[in-house]
Formats: sequence, structure tokens, C-alpha cells
Amino acid sequence: MIFQPEIETMGREEMRALQLQRLQQTVRYVYERVPLYRERLDALKVRPEDIRSLDDVRRLPFTTKEDFRANYPYGLFAVPMKDIVRIHASSGTTGQPTVVGYTEQDIDMWATCVARLCAAGGATREDIAQISFGYGLFTGALGLHFGLAKLGAAVVPISSGNTERQIQLMADFGSTVLVATPSYALYMAEVAERMGMMDKIQLRVGLFGAEGSTEEMRAELERRWGIVATENYGMSELIGPGVSGDCTEKCGMHINEDYFYCEVVDPATGEPVPEGEWGELVVTPLMKQALPLLRYRTHDITRLLPGPCKCGRTTTRMQKIAGRTDDMLIIRGVNVFPSQIEGVLIGMEGIGPHYEIVVTKKGYMDQIEVKVELVDAGLLNSYGELEALTRRIHDRLKVVLQIDAKVTLVSPNTLKRFEGKAKRVTDLR
Amino acid sequence: MFIQQISVFIENRHGSLTDFTQLLGENGVDLIALSIADTTNFGILRAIVSDNEKTLKVVRDKGYTANLTEVLAVAVPDVPGGLAGVLQLLRDNDISVEYLYSFVRRVGNDAIIIFRVDQPERAGNLLRDKGVRLLEQDEIA
Repeated sequence: MIFQPEIETMGREEMRALQLQRLQQTVRYVYERVPLYRERLDALKVRPEDIRSLDDVRRLPFTTKEDFRANYPYGLFAVPMKDIVRIHASSGTTGQPTVVGYTEQDIDMWATCVARLCAAGGATREDIAQISFGYGLFTGALGLHFGLAKLGAAVVPISSGNTERQIQLMADFGSTVLVATPSYALYMAEVAERMGMMDKIQLRVGLFGAEGSTEEMRAELERRWGIVATENYGMSELIGPGVSGDCTEKCGMHINEDYFYCEVVDPATGEPVPEGEWGELVVTPLMKQALPLLRYRTHDITRLLPGPCKCGRTTTRMQKIAGRTDDMLIIRGVNVFPSQIEGVLIGMEGIGPHYEIVVTKKGYMDQIEVKVELVDAGLLNSYGELEALTRRIHDRLKVVLQIDAKVTLVSPNTLKRFEGKAKRVTDLR
Repeated sequence: MFIQQISVFIENRHGSLTDFTQLLGENGVDLIALSIADTTNFGILRAIVSDNEKTLKVVRDKGYTANLTEVLAVAVPDVPGGLAGVLQLLRDNDISVEYLYSFVRRVGNDAIIIFRVDQPERAGNLLRDKGVRLLEQDEIA
């Protein structure tokens, strides 16, 4: 189902005209209301009226996570506190959390964005949607909550954790939609299998997000739960979830282009890459009142996929995030994304889908160790078989990464499971 | 002719063997024979225990990767050259030994050696035909 066909199937020219009009409005708005942008635009000698085409977006300054830190907590807000109706914050793993605010209209727009993506992922008003994201300052849970409510689904705000109870209620309530991080959904599947509850569960759609994952992970989740799994994308600085999301064709995430103008740039130079090439996603929200931004550097690596989709939507799609510029590991001079390692491991015979990556330095040499769980007891007859498995994993990693990784087999259920965003890399260098 | 051996994947880290043997002890499992070998990263523990089904359940519930394998429990005269005689028989018939280890206790005047070979059926029949005693599962508990 298409939630808002008049927008989601709009002609391309019409969409670009709408984006330009809203971009111009946004630049005027931040110039008048946010001191940081007035200073930056003045320094670049760019006046709001200089933005005459969408290509002129390149003349605008970037915004980064550091700008949020320097203006903590409310320095980037464009409206007085009396107009703010909600405050969220990102987890802030390093230093201060990133604080974001919403007006009533922002909240409504956010819900619309999410409702479109949920509908694209196959959810309907008939569904019972279990939200197993952690509720709190994190935007994921409430973002999906309001979006699914707008769609008309029955929302079960169960939050994350207490997994056995989640599974029991999933069966009792007849939940048909699961909202979670892919890593938590995988752990929930293990628990459901262990409890022997899979037969009693009616799940048919998984709406996953809040962390990167691979096609292999999607396939694993679809197989274990027997669902259609889609992914949606966003981040708290931009609004929360709601920027883009898969339709059930699963051929790239449709961008809510009337609300977000997306570019892909070379992360080193900031220059736009040719259409269709990989680079860092840069997003300018087009209608936000409380926290408008110009050209936010997401650090996420993707590429844009223009052209119509089989689902009928005409919006530009973005490919599944390949990695984050700040997640990228440099091992002996070779760039390695954890997602590449996940792609090799998930679905390999003999081992489970969980993994951990440990990077250390021995003298001047970087060492990478990949830990996986041995699940096939049939390999215990001889060391030869276990060593062959280790070698097979090593060789596949070598083909993909071009480096030698040490592969360590560990016992099942010993690697960490995650209830929220997974953290699988430990860099001890 | 065969007896069941349990094989368990053990991580090569401090205390893992203690954890495992304690688990068996707490569940009243008697270790009748035991062998462990390791590489730098992991080990496979092989054991003959008093109750296979129970042990397998206890061990798997605790999250270990484990399975059962059929092996020969061969009664070897406890005299110099006793084991050599059995091995000679196997070699003369082109049967290879994958690994072997001994029982903790003797049975009568014999030492009990656990054999895992590449052709279990042939080896079992051969040894029996030559008058070598093989223990049955119900003799070992």
C-alpha cells in the first residue's frame, strides 16, 4: 500500500520543483533564525536569494556532529522553547549527547514520514506492531510508535529487554509486525526457537533499523522468523527514523524526498560524486521547524538509485548503508568495514550468525581477530574438520577483505547478544 | 560391539576445563575415561561417561557444542606388549587408528583402551574374531 500516493508517486519534475521551493524557504529560515548559519552564510558570501536551483545547494555550508556539541544543548534550535513539544537525544557514546527538539508540526511530519515507510515495508492498519526498540531519549521507539499509530496499526510499546516475556507476549497478543534492531531481532529469534514458540507466533513483517546490517542478515532474519524484513533509515539529528526505507521489493530505501534533500559526496573532499556512485550521504531536511539544518554530514556510506521502482513509487532510493566513515577500520593500510565481515559470516555452514571483531597491534602490525560460534557438533569427530572450517572462514574473509584475519571458534551462546544497537568491534590499538 | 563416546568443544581459555568437569560433577556424571587434546585456540574433550543421554542434555543445555560417537572399548592384557599386539592386528588389516586413550580403571587383569578407527565395523569384527575382548555399553557404567 502507498500511504501518500500524491507525494510518493509524484512526477520527477514536480518533485524537484517542490524541493527547490522548500530548500529556498529553509535557507531563508535558518538565515533569519539560527546565528550559526547566519555567520557561516555571511562568511561564504551566500545570500538566501542566491539559491536559484537545486545545484546551488553546493554553495551551502555543511553541518557536522561537532556543531551540535559546540551548541549543546539548544544552540541550534530555531524556535523559542514555548514552541518545542518534545526533546530527544542520541546516545552520545563519546562525550555529550546530541540534543534534538520538535515542534508540534515536526512531530506530525515525522509521524507521516514513518507511516509511509511502514506502509512501504508491508505494514497496514490491520497489524499488531510490537515495538522492541528501547523507549526513552532514543528516537527509534517513539518515531516508529507515532508512525505506526498514524498508519492505524495497533501499537504494542513493549520496549527492549526481558526477551522471554517478549516472545510470550508476541504469541499471546498475535503480533504481526516486529520493530527492532536487526541484532536484537536475531537474538529474539534464537530465544523463540529455544522456547519452542515459533509455531505460535504470527509475525509476518519485520521493520528493522537503528543500526546498519547486511543483505545476509536480512536473509537470516527472514528465514528464521518466516517474515518479510525491510529496513528503514534515519538519525536523530535529521528527525529520527523516517528519512528513507525499503519497500517490499527490497531494492533500495525510498527517500522521503519532499522532506529530505539528499546528496552523496566524497567524504575526503566534500565534493559531490557522480550520480549513482558511492560516497557519504549528506542530508538537508526541508520542512523542519525546531531544528532546521543545512547539509548534515551523516558519515554513512551509500549511493543514490534514481529511477522508478516496481512498487510504483517514483522517489529516489538509497542503497543499504555499506558502512560509516567512522566505523571503517584500517588494517595494515587496508580499509575494512565490519559489514563486509558480516556478509562473509552470516549463512556460513557450521557456525552461528553472531560474531565479534577484535583489532590489536602487535609491534607495528595490526591484527584482526574474528570470533564466531561453533554450532555444528558433527564437526567434533576430528580436529581436521574444525581446522578445515577455520581455514574456510579465513579464506573467504581473505577474498573479501584482502587481509589475513585470525579466526577463533567459541562455544555457542558465548558471544554478546544485543537488545539495542549492536557493538561488535573492539579496537584495542 | 561399540560404546558411545561424548565429544565436547572446549574453548582454550583459563578455567574452561574446570567449569566443564564441575558441571558433570554437579549432575552426578561419572567420568570413566577421558582424553583432551588442544590446538592453540580450542580443544576437543572426549569422554566415556556413566549416562550418555543425561550428559548430552546437561552439556547442551549449558550451551556446549557436543555429540556422540561410536568407539571400540578394547580389553588389552595389562602386560608389556599387550597394546602392541592389538595394534599389529589392525595394521595387518589396513585399519588406521584416528586416536586412542585409556580407561581410568582396569577391568579384571585388563587395561581398557578406547579406539577410534577409520573402519569401525571391520575393526570390531576383526578383533572379536581374534579373541580380543570388546566391552559393551552396559559393562562400563
